[in-house]
Amino acid sequence: MNTYEPVIGLEVHVQLATKSKIFCACSTKFGSEPNANTCPICMGLPGTLPVLNEQALRLAMKVGLALNTTIAKRIKFDRKNYFYPDLPKAYQISQYDMPVCAHGGLTIQPESSGGITKQIGITRAHLEEDAGKLLHEGVKDGSWVDYNRAGIPLLEIVSEPDIRSPEEAYDYLTRLKAVLLYLEVSDCNMEEGSLRCDANVSLRPKGESQFGTKVEIKNLNSFKAVQKALQYEIERQTEALEQGEKIAQETRLWNDMQGKTISMRSKEHAHDYRYFPEPDLVPFTVTEKEIEAVRRALPELPQARKERFVKNFGLSDYDASVLVNDKVLGEYFENCVKEGANAKLACNWIQTDLLGALNERCLSFDQNPITPKHLAGMLALIENNTISGKIGKDVLPLMIDEKKTADQIVKEKNLVQVTDTKLLEDIAERVIAANPNPVEQYKSGKTQAIGFLVGQIMKETKGKANPKIVNEILQKKLS
Amino acid sequence: MSEKFNIDSLADLARIRLKKEEKAKLTNDLSKILGYVEALGQLNLEGIEPTTHVAKLENVFRADEVKPALVREEVLKHSPHREGNFFKVPKVIDQA
Ligand SMILES: [Zn+2]
Repeated sequence: MNTYEPVIGLEVHVQLATKSKIFCACSTKFGSEPNANTCPICMGLPGTLPVLNEQALRLAMKVGLALNTTIAKRIKFDRKNYFYPDLPKAYQISQYDMPVCAHGGLTIQPESSGGITKQIGITRAHLEEDAGKLLHEGVKDGSWVDYNRAGIPLLEIVSEPDIRSPEEAYDYLTRLKAVLLYLEVSDCNMEEGSLRCDANVSLRPKGESQFGTKVEIKNLNSFKAVQKALQYEIERQTEALEQGEKIAQETRLWNDMQGKTISMRSKEHAHDYRYFPEPDLVPFTVTEKEIEAVRRALPELPQARKERFVKNFGLSDYDASVLVNDKVLGEYFENCVKEGANAKLACNWIQTDLLGALNERCLSFDQNPITPKHLAGMLALIENNTISGKIGKDVLPLMIDEKKTADQIVKEKNLVQVTDTKLLEDIAERVIAANPNPVEQYKSGKTQAIGFLVGQIMKETKGKANPKIVNEILQKKLS
Repeated sequence: MSEKFNIDSLADLARIRLKKEEKAKLTNDLSKILGYVEALGQLNLEGIEPTTHVAKLENVFRADEVKPALVREEVLKHSPHREGNFFKVPKVIDQA
């Protein structure tokens, strides 16, 4: 058991959020009519000249700095040559030996690690243009090509083979995506292809330092798919190795429906891309001053925000992690606190009740109708004893469904907590008279019997009695 | 032959079919070109930065602005096969 150690590296392609393509003025808008966003440059017509979109380079530098890579002072582009119908020029403009970013890292902390952090190296990140899209489904004897994506700016982020489990891979991707969203360099929408991932995985006997034969997995449509595909592939390779088989170096496609990877038996030639410097693009130099300007403009990143949440708001490491992994969630939390909410209370209510209620209604967090101010208002009602926490749990869903403030709901439905001691004493006397058995039990030392009596009073007041006051009254009357 | 390249695989990569006599001729030509380039190998290049571009230009950018080219119809018209607004090509991959 477990005699093999997986060695995993990930390649992430992220679409940079520019308005126009990387080398021409065509729109990058998703969902345009087929081939509407094309021009002689991205169609690869002779006599055209690509020119680098300065915003693409700036966004790549932002990512590079956030991932602690070194930004190259000198940058050039290269041609990667291969024939494929999605590639109008029969070469892709990419970067070979002088990428924008090199040698960085990202700290991960998978849930199963028990809080232990690990550094995953970033080998490099380079700029390149995307290819077009081939459509096969429903097309008779052939494929359709849409070149709207051809020339979309991509940053390929390559990790070191430092990842040792599918869980680590999942955590790496989640954290990388959070960083990209914080930087606002991409919308990271996997369905629309703004974020794509390929995985390399090999096995080696534990303790061995040499790598085994690696297999590349493609067609990974979600982070969960990456995790499942790696799990499957590790099992497949383990079995093969245990039976004395050799692992073939190949590309395999993940089939999510069947839950397995399938060898891509393509007639593809051994990769021989014959990279050479792109003569249509001049080289680029980046000064220390420009790098520093980009660095200074970096926003607060997830790791820093997490540490701040722990330090300033007294949140647990885990709670802070959950809040910062989703940029919008963390900002919402912080705005609630700014509106006067108790930080720990807000953290709990957002994570459990609010997310739960939204989930039940199939609403995403973007569709959350409760403003930070209104959530803070609801929490204030609990804190100042106007309503009990229990009533709060009924009020919150109503705030979503009826789009009203907690104040309005509490008044309309008459949910104000009963703190009138005289009234509660009367009810308590009635309850004591009607339940001699629990009263006897309590008096004979079974103090937990008081719970039943509290419950009865809560029932009579439709949950509105202040439980603390009820407890005090009962204890006094039964002593 | 002791060439530093394989004419068959080069032809394959370039997607061209060569007749036997063409292969012989091209092998000869390519060898001469390589020999010519190899002469550069005799230069002492210590301390000299590799040239990546012959033009003495750098940092030529464009601003991130969209200008629709509106050439779709023109380009599709010249395509040997089209269906609607798509180009049509022979099926190329073994689908999973
Ligand atoms: Zn274009």
